[in-house]
Amino acid sequence: MKHLGPRCAISGIGELKPYRRTEGVNTMDLLLRVSSEAATDAGISPDQIDGLLVGPQVGETPQHVPATVAEYFGMRPTMSNVVDLGGASGPGMVWRAAAAIAAGQCETVLCVIGNHRNPEAPRSPNRNPAREFDTPFGASGANTSYALLMQAHMDRFGCAPEEYAQIAAGARANAQLNPMAIFHGNLADVDDILASPIIASPLHLLEIVMPVAGAEAVIVTSVENAARGPHRAVELWGAGEKITHRAVSQSPDLTSGPLKPAMARALAQAGLSVQEVDFLSFYDCYTIMVAITIEDAGLCAPGQFSKWLHGNGGMGPNARQPINTHGGQLGFGQPDLAGGMAHVVEAVRQIRGEAEGRQVPNCKTSLVTGNGATMSEAVALVLGAGA
Amino acid sequence: MTTQSDFNLSELKVPGPTRNALTEQFWTAAAQGKLLIQQCGSCSKAVFYPRAICPHCWQDALSWREASGHGRLKSFSEIWKPGHPGWLPVSPYLVGLVELEEGPTMLSHILAENNAVKIRDALVFAPTDVGGRVLPLFKKS
Repeated sequence: MKHLGPRCAISGIGELKPYRRTEGVNTMDLLLRVSSEAATDAGISPDQIDGLLVGPQVGETPQHVPATVAEYFGMRPTMSNVVDLGGASGPGMVWRAAAAIAAGQCETVLCVIGNHRNPEAPRSPNRNPAREFDTPFGASGANTSYALLMQAHMDRFGCAPEEYAQIAAGARANAQLNPMAIFHGNLADVDDILASPIIASPLHLLEIVMPVAGAEAVIVTSVENAARGPHRAVELWGAGEKITHRAVSQSPDLTSGPLKPAMARALAQAGLSVQEVDFLSFYDCYTIMVAITIEDAGLCAPGQFSKWLHGNGGMGPNARQPINTHGGQLGFGQPDLAGGMAHVVEAVRQIRGEAEGRQVPNCKTSLVTGNGATMSEAVALVLGAGA
Repeated sequence: MTTQSDFNLSELKVPGPTRNALTEQFWTAAAQGKLLIQQCGSCSKAVFYPRAICPHCWQDALSWREASGHGRLKSFSEIWKPGHPGWLPVSPYLVGLVELEEGPTMLSHILAENNAVKIRDALVFAPTDVGGRVLPLFKKS
C-alpha cells in the first residue's frame, strides 16, 4: 500500500509512571529521564539524535524552551521547536518530526513532554481574550468549557448521563490491565461514576481526568533507521491537524470538533477507512471528548456513540475496535500535556505486539487523536506496522 | 429568589477583566448599562470580542454600536466547583454561552431563579456588580 504521509517511523518510546504529587522535582529531570528511556528503547545513543521537539513549560521556562532543554540534555540539535497545541502537542510533534526529517534538516528526532506536580502550582500569567472575557464571569478552567460542550451534546441528541458514564467505566476497566495506571486496582462502574459529585453540570467528578505528574517521549526517525532497531518499526502513515478557536464561546460547533477533518485527512493519507483501524487511541480528557470523537471519526452517526460502543463490545482489548487499552487518561491519569503523548505510546506498544496483559490481537494499525484547549486544537495520526 | 440570595455577587473577591486600551470602551459602557459590540464597515459582520481590525475580512473598518441586549442561551453549566476559589461563596452558579441577536456569541454569568434554565431560553442583558465592578451579565427575559 502506498501511503501519502511522510515516510518516517517511531523507533523508541519512554513513559514514566504517573504520580499524584511530586516534591521539589524539576521538569527537566523528568524529561531527561524519560528521554533516556526512549533512546535505550530505540537502541540508539544520545549523539544519534539531532532533532528536538518539546512542550511549553508554564512558569518554569516561559521562553527559549528548546535551548534550555538541549543544554540540560547535552544536545546540539539541528532542528528544534516548541509544539504548543495543548493535549494535541504530543501527536503534533510526531508529524512535525517526520516533516523535518523529510525536509532534510535532521535524521532522528526526540519528541518529549512532561510535567511535575509540586505543591506550588504557578497561576496562569495569561493576558489574552479568554482571560479577559471568560474568567470575570466565573468560568475559569477546562471543566467549564467541556461541561458547556456536553450540555449542548445532551440537548441536541438526547443522550442520557449513563451513556457518557460508560466511557469512564470502560477506561477504569482498561486501567485494571495496566499496572502503570493511576487507577490500577481502583475500579469504578457506571453507578459509581454517576454517584460522584457534579463538578460543573452535567460533568461528574469521575468523568474528568485526574491530574498527575509524568512524562512521555518518542523517537522519530527514517523508516530505514527504525527497521534496524530492536523493535518492529511503527510507521507514520498519515496525519491531520486543525485549529479552530481558543475560548469555548468562539467555537464554530459545540457538538463536533476539529478532529473531524483532522482524522479524515490522516485516514485519507494512510489509505484506510476508520472501520479498518485495529486500535483506537482516542484523547479522553472528559467522557464527552470520546463520545464526540467516536462520532466525528465516522464510526457512527452523531448522537449514536453509546449504541456504537455497545455494538463494539465496550472498549477493552477484545472489543471489535479496542479503545484506550492503557486506561486512557481517565484511567491512567493525565500527566498534563504529556497525556496526549500517552495515546501515541500505547499505540506503538499495541502495534509492536508488546502490550503485555492487554494486547489487542493481530494489531497492525492505530488511529491516534490529540485534543487541546476547548475541543479546538486537533491532531490525528494513523500509525501502521512496518514491513 | 435567586440562588445568590445569601451572598451578594458584589461582595465576591474574584479576578476582573484584564482591560486594555482597545477593550476599555466595552467595559466602561457595560458599567454604564450599555452593551457594545463592533460592526465591520467593509463586510458588515458583527464582531465580539473587541478587536482592532475585522477578523472576517481583515479590513480596518470596525466601529462600535450598541447591541440590542437580547440573546439566546446556546449552552450552560451549573458550576459547583469553581476554577477560581473566589467564586465558592455563590456556587452553584450558572455560566452560559449567549448568542447575541446580532450574531456573535459571548460567555457570561447567567442569573435565573433556582438556576433553572434551558438551552434556547431567551436572555436579556443585565449589568450587575460582580466583586465591585459592573459586568455584562444576562438574565432570563
